[in-house]
Amino acid sequence: MNQANASSALIELNGVRKSYNVGLPNEAEVLHGLDLRVKRGEFIALIGPSGSGKSTLLNIIGLLERMTAGSYQLQGEEVSSLDDAGLTLRRRTTLGFVFQFHHLLPAFSALENVTLPVLMAEGRVGAQQLEQARELLAAVGLAQAMDKRPSELSGGMQQRVAIARSLVMAPPLVLADEPTGNLDTASSDEVFVLLRRMHAERGISFVVVTHDPRLAARCDRTVELIDGRIARDEPVVYPA
Amino acid sequence: MSSWLGFERRVALRFLREGRMQTLLIIVGVAAGVAVIAYISALINGLQSNTLAKTLGAQAHITLRSPDDVVLPARPTLPQDTALTETQPRAQRLRSVVNWQALVPLLEGHDNVAAVSPLVSGSGLALRGEAAQAIALMGVDLDHYDRIVGLRSKVVSGSARLSPGEAILGRELAADLGVRVGDRLTLQTGLVSDSVRVTALVDLGVKDLNRRTVIVPLRAAQSLLGLPGGATGLDLALKNVWTAQALAADLRRQFPYKIESWQENNAQLVSALNAQSVSTAIIRGVVLAVVVLGIASVLVVSVVQKRREIGILRAMGTTRGQILRVFLVQGAVVGAVGSVLGIALAVLLIWLFTHFVRGSDGLPLFAITLPLATALQVAFIATLCGVLAAIAPARRAAAMDPAQAIRI
Repeated sequence: MNQANASSALIELNGVRKSYNVGLPNEAEVLHGLDLRVKRGEFIALIGPSGSGKSTLLNIIGLLERMTAGSYQLQGEEVSSLDDAGLTLRRRTTLGFVFQFHHLLPAFSALENVTLPVLMAEGRVGAQQLEQARELLAAVGLAQAMDKRPSELSGGMQQRVAIARSLVMAPPLVLADEPTGNLDTASSDEVFVLLRRMHAERGISFVVVTHDPRLAARCDRTVELIDGRIARDEPVVYPA
Repeated sequence: MSSWLGFERRVALRFLREGRMQTLLIIVGVAAGVAVIAYISALINGLQSNTLAKTLGAQAHITLRSPDDVVLPARPTLPQDTALTETQPRAQRLRSVVNWQALVPLLEGHDNVAAVSPLVSGSGLALRGEAAQAIALMGVDLDHYDRIVGLRSKVVSGSARLSPGEAILGRELAADLGVRVGDRLTLQTGLVSDSVRVTALVDLGVKDLNRRTVIVPLRAAQSLLGLPGGATGLDLALKNVWTAQALAADLRRQFPYKIESWQENNAQLVSALNAQSVSTAIIRGVVLAVVVLGIASVLVVSVVQKRREIGILRAMGTTRGQILRVFLVQGAVVGAVGSVLGIALAVLLIWLFTHFVRGSDGLPLFAITLPLATALQVAFIATLCGVLAAIAPARRAAAMDPAQAIRI
């Protein structure tokens, strides 16, 4: 169990349960009362076998799914009882997402994909925000590919665009669901190095779901889920 | 400062551009629908205006005549009496409208009345040599009567003038009698006969009218028909022809005369026009429904295709309202662009009709125009239909669960 001071916790989950098909004969509980705290600036790997509940937990942390029972405090605010508009607003301002399949909008260029969260929040993209998006794309090594459509980019490049997009609103927490799961080893390493660099440079917390033990070993802390329970939660010890 | 619907507009337009073929097909569909509606509206308006102009061009909008003579029972029947009564209807003699001189300024003062013309009409014979034709004799004041039927514009030969001893003839009657402008002929009624000089021949638009109409000065008709100082009726022209029925009913309540609107005198024509208008409205409604269904079906497919994108947007913090508006904007854009193209197509169809469709005489059938107000109205309704059609798909998109949408 994480022993972090509660006051510095970015997120705090207590007794989180999640069931599907509630009230039906095929009701199934996939998370069985989880407790998890994530401090500001942490880089956490969420690992576990398929079906252990990693993605469900990530969706709950990302306010994309509601838990069946338990409490969830995001930046000290209880968010489990918020309505859809409240959850949407917090997703917009507090969270960044990176998905396994990049999930860029194919009709928009790389730069437009990165500025979409700004456009969505403010109805327009100002010159300063555009410059910031350009800097982000340059920071992920895509200075020459800003005007390219996702279909013109490799998988690794698309994932780097998705990372830049997740950072453009400067959220305190980025959630990445197997961000390297669809990439070859070289691209995978590149993307992971990039995530670590963004973490180091910007002090953003990351929760990364991964199947890759090599990558998990390069995080600050590993949380392992087995059958909907936290089986292991420990800091990664680097060899001396 | 945020731009109005900046996000929704940008995403909607990109979505439309991305599904280029789908977008193109539905815009063509909307354009075809709008073109049909605008063209049919213009065609029916043109047809009805033409029919009305031809019908009302030769008659008054409201006619006021003396009431018919009726037979009154000699003694009212008491409740306890049993009476067998047989009444012979009275033959209607030519009578003057009582106090018509005072009535003219009264009617002219009405807001909706454009002109009032007294007339004396009766039957008679026109004689020339051995030829004799039964005629409808009309005595009018030319200036007043011209404002009722536009007589001067119907002159085909000579010049419209009605001094004492002069007459204007229908074109066919002149041909039957072998009369030309400047010739003399004799007009005979049951009482007297008079010789007149023909000053003009007119085409009233209906051959039967042209075959029997003789127009003389009011005073001449009064003397020929034995109604000195009298007028058998008053003809009224209105500023708005469609108010004739209501105004006639209103006048009937005020005055004890026989007052009839052009609709009552042309009941069959009015029924035909109404049937035409109802049919046009039905066609417009059906076409609009097809347009709405077309837009809706394309957008429903688009929502399914864009499920993942909607999920991403929702995950990034797009509100349900924003997603809803993205699809409403798509409906509005499709409706608006389709409307503009549809109106252009309708204008082309109208041009083709007026230039290439000719009657048996080689002249254009009738004028069709698409008034700007009608075009704007059709375009507005089509755009509104685009938005309405998008409501169901937009709600579906907005209700999508982001976590589920991303997983697909």
